[in-house]
Amino acid sequence: MIAVLKRDLQLAIRAGGGFGLALAFFLIVVVLIPFGVGPEREVLARIAPGALWVGALLACLLSLDRLFATDFEDGSLDLLATAPLPLEAVIYAKALAHWISTGLPLTLAAPVLGILLNLPGEAYMVLVVSLAFGTPALSVIGAFGAALTVGLKRGGLLLSILVLPLYMPTLIFGADAVGRAAAGQGATTPLMFVALITLGSLAVLPFAAAAAIRVNLR
Amino acid sequence: MTTPLLTLDTVACTRGGVVLLENVSLNLLPGEARIVQGPNGSGKTTLLRTIAGLQPPSAGKLQAEDGAIAYAAHADGLKGTLTVAENLAFWASLFGTEDIETAMSAYSLLDLRNRHAGALSAGQKRRVGLARLLVTACPVWVLDEPTVSLDAASVELFADAIRQHLGRGGAALIATHIDLGLKAQVLDVAAFRPAHRSDGAFDEAFL
Repeated sequence: MIAVLKRDLQLAIRAGGGFGLALAFFLIVVVLIPFGVGPEREVLARIAPGALWVGALLACLLSLDRLFATDFEDGSLDLLATAPLPLEAVIYAKALAHWISTGLPLTLAAPVLGILLNLPGEAYMVLVVSLAFGTPALSVIGAFGAALTVGLKRGGLLLSILVLPLYMPTLIFGADAVGRAAAGQGATTPLMFVALITLGSLAVLPFAAAAAIRVNLR
Repeated sequence: MTTPLLTLDTVACTRGGVVLLENVSLNLLPGEARIVQGPNGSGKTTLLRTIAGLQPPSAGKLQAEDGAIAYAAHADGLKGTLTVAENLAFWASLFGTEDIETAMSAYSLLDLRNRHAGALSAGQKRRVGLARLLVTACPVWVLDEPTVSLDAASVELFADAIRQHLGRGGAALIATHIDLGLKAQVLDVAAFRPAHRSDGAFDEAFL
């Protein structure tokens, strides 16, 4: 499992691997928002939690379609599926590698981008915690979507349509937690919900993804 | 009596809802190789994928020890941005082995070890793909057209590797059209073609 994780991280930082791509995309989306809605600080502070979460979510989606597609194209998915390591473990490792190369940098960069959107000071801690809790769910749900669309040409488009609705609960509770913190209210309940969604996804979806890949490889 | 490494008992294989092969029975003993032959589209690849465990047989029984089978298909499964040694080291750690030097020297890849796999020729890539089999240390090799894009010298290296593998008590099932100079029985899949093809069974395509 560590071998797969190590390989995927190695591939991510090599040429064409897309490490930092999600981060750059997140940065650009967040920088574009003030241009779109105007520079009023109250407006920006009001929309900052939602904008940051939607930005992070879209950035996460960006590299998902390559999660299994490259392995499928060069034949290594066949070989991984016949290796002694269970396919479920391969998927855990690949989702973890995806999280380390996208979700973790997004979480760490979010406070800096929060400044750009005039996010109120009380909300930074909750922003980081909610993203840290929520982004693993984005990676695992995405891995499930990528597994469903693995053999398809132009599967990336279908993947977005399949996965974005599944991201909704994470987005609702994640952005709500940040919004409440920004308004000076307690954010524990929505944070718990985000953590709950993540744990649930981690427990169930890799198995569903493995089943989907097995069917797609037939 | 030696126990077979791989047993097929009246196995049937299906592809795209069409039954391609029926009643395939086979015992593969340690030290034995079988050459799978048949015209294009006769189900060689489907049979090998079934044996490798990528799809379940639609009938019959398939028996092999867990993790005994190493499969090599048309694609080599190499990552272009990793070097030859890194590619092999990944498969080694996945299969719980360490030695990649022996495998690299068997296919004279030592000079290429730090080259990125994306910069290799088709034949060199194929050699790395075949070296992966040595790295896995699995007793049963299931190979689909292993000699594609290999030159005569590399085919000889491959035949030597097979002979050594059989000498160590391994077994191999090879789909190929060229003569490898191995003492091996031929398994002609054309003999297992079903009497009447069930082309009308459209619902199976969705299973």
